[in-house]
Amino acid sequence: MPKTQDIGVLTLTIDGISVEGQEGDTILKAAQNAGIHIPTLCFLEGHSPLGACRVCTVEIEGRPALAAACTMPIQAGMTIWSNSKRAREARRTVVELLLSEHEGDCTTCERSGDCELQDLARDLGIRELHYPGEPAGGERDESTAGLVRDASKCIKCRRCVTACTAIQSIGAIAPQGRGYHTIIGPAFAAELDGVACVQCGQCAAVCPTGAITERSHLKDVEQVLDDQDLYVVVQTAPAIRAALGEEFSLPPGSLVTGKMCTALRRLGFDAVFDTDFAADLTILEEGTELLTRLRTVLKEGKEAPLPMFTSCSPGWIQYAEYYWPQMLNNLSTCKSPQQMFGALAKTYYAGKVGVDPAMMRVVSIMPCTAKKFEAERPEMRSSGYQDVDYVLTTRELAALIKRAGLNLPELEEGQMDAPLGLSTGAADIFANTGGVMEAALRTVWEIVTGVPLPMENLHVKPLTSLEGVKVAEVTFKKCLPTWDFLEGVTARLAVAHGLSNASALLKRIHSGEEPLHFVEIMTCPGGCIGGGGQPRFTDDSVREARIQAIFAEDEGKELRKSHENPGVMALYEEFLGEPLGHRSHTLLHTTYAKRPQVKMDENNPIKGSHQKNQT
Amino acid sequence: MKVQTHDELSVEEVRTILDSIIEDWSDQEGALIPVLQSAQNLLGYLPKEILIHISEKLAIPLSQVTGVVSFYSWFSTVPRGKHIVRVCLGTACYVRGGQEVLAAMKDNLGIEVGETTADKNFSLEVGRCFGACGLAPVVMIGEDVHQRVKPTKIKELLAPYVQKEDNE
Repeated sequence: MPKTQDIGVLTLTIDGISVEGQEGDTILKAAQNAGIHIPTLCFLEGHSPLGACRVCTVEIEGRPALAAACTMPIQAGMTIWSNSKRAREARRTVVELLLSEHEGDCTTCERSGDCELQDLARDLGIRELHYPGEPAGGERDESTAGLVRDASKCIKCRRCVTACTAIQSIGAIAPQGRGYHTIIGPAFAAELDGVACVQCGQCAAVCPTGAITERSHLKDVEQVLDDQDLYVVVQTAPAIRAALGEEFSLPPGSLVTGKMCTALRRLGFDAVFDTDFAADLTILEEGTELLTRLRTVLKEGKEAPLPMFTSCSPGWIQYAEYYWPQMLNNLSTCKSPQQMFGALAKTYYAGKVGVDPAMMRVVSIMPCTAKKFEAERPEMRSSGYQDVDYVLTTRELAALIKRAGLNLPELEEGQMDAPLGLSTGAADIFANTGGVMEAALRTVWEIVTGVPLPMENLHVKPLTSLEGVKVAEVTFKKCLPTWDFLEGVTARLAVAHGLSNASALLKRIHSGEEPLHFVEIMTCPGGCIGGGGQPRFTDDSVREARIQAIFAEDEGKELRKSHENPGVMALYEEFLGEPLGHRSHTLLHTTYAKRPQVKMDENNPIKGSHQKNQT
Repeated sequence: MKVQTHDELSVEEVRTILDSIIEDWSDQEGALIPVLQSAQNLLGYLPKEILIHISEKLAIPLSQVTGVVSFYSWFSTVPRGKHIVRVCLGTACYVRGGQEVLAAMKDNLGIEVGETTADKNFSLEVGRCFGACGLAPVVMIGEDVHQRVKPTKIKELLAPYVQKEDNE
């Protein structure tokens, strides 16, 4: 007798295997759940399918037309073949047509070996091209510090549009024109620096080909490493250690901190340091800044911009400058850890080791493309030089390691150098959504009350999930005499990651319906562990694995609160004086300015529009 | 609302009228295309400032607004002349010499497809069949259909439109 089915559960057959799915599921989803791989170039988990690439074409018995698995809902009793002769040939034709317009310089392409189109062509066994089409061509856009667009490699799958519009609520790029002449790009065929692109790189993270990539600093870094007269310092962001292994076939969530240090040393860096050091420092500066603002409002009865927003994420900073100029005073004036590090390396550390800062180069390893932009901001030269010279993404560091013939998993464990390599667990969690908030609470609570944050394992659980916007309250009790104005005060805290979540939260704050004291915003989904420069492909399961790895790194450290970092304490004693002191102000803090969303200086008509295409 | 011709309104005035149209569409999906159509009816084309204004008012990213504008051939982002000359290059017109007609038209007007003459009298466009294949090759000037056009007679064809302009 047939088993009674749950309401809404449908049974169907895919490739001869009996599969169950929920009513409303697509064929693609039902297949994925059953472990059947149907390739696609445009689908993005969690977003409405576009049916743009047609690669997921399948055959449904009894229907004359083939269907796109990503859009076709399942029905009970369907018999589907994802690998029948018809489906296979159709899929091959679709990919061949994509290749016919594609600039196919695979061996020299940046994405060689990490390209979904290349993989697909190989998997489908495409060995000759039957459609010698005209390459779509198109201009190369190198207008921004962080990203490069190459329209000749674009297959118009529109994943980048989904990332920019749905995930980040910016919409800097969209399809322009129609048909063969379609270009995925900004309005008016402008370049990216002409529109409100924040260079977060989520487009580059989901692009299946080499059409949007980070602007590479690899050549520059190789050059400075080869120059024996230069003293080259490297800092690695906390998110790198939980992701770099993926580039060497280790599973997501593998921690490679020690092996990464060895790799960096073998590459020839003169000192291997940790952005964690500057993250700990950020907590002391930003925590003091928050307490100062609270004192101004609660004790002195004067005005101070609250809520205060974190300022570590350069994409968020640009987003605020473009879209929320009325809230710029609410941003913490703290530079990001990357920039604090750069400013200190070329002053404090250069002095300590007797190196002329003119002969020092600071290289950052970041999970981020916007960090390349941040490093080039004119405000970021407080050492008298560009504080951070070059920024490599996690992907670029992996490429550099491979070029040197090193196999990361086989390297021995190394260590960061003192003093700028000393860190606490509080700095590690900067990589995760909610991490800066948690790190700040660990220190602020202890400054105010004299005792450790009374939460299990020092974690602020309600703020660490992958939920888009998280709000929590903490009530200060048993405050030390200096902080008596906080006694009984309930601090309202919020965390948002991904700019569309941030946008929703900002609207609630702006309308007054969400009164808050302190808000952490990270540009990318999941925080820095999901950054635009991280190994591809990042979905929620990968994000979760990296987040857990970061927590493991934190929990494995003896020191887990920023104010316990001995290197930071020494820095204040020897050099800075006190948090928010004069030297801190000059080296570690910055200013922000409103940016126009559209540059109106050119008056060009829309390039690539129908009028140019009709001839 | 009375639709006026583009000659009589400034971009500022159009902006005010558009705002009231956008108001009517507030909170409704699918407002973009009708709003763009109204704007083009008022101005004759869609200048950059108007597109930016529409994007801001409707809270639709500018890239999507220009995406729609560049998708539909009906929309124009450049000022167009008083008379839109459309040379048909549909199959029938093509085989009966549409290309030569187009070349002669370009020569005569001194402009390329998509462009407008300096005196703003003519804009040149290409059509893809006007449904008058029996009369091929066909040229439309404004709403007038001209049949069996000869490349050598373009000047005469355009003459009445030039004259009309002078008489005004």
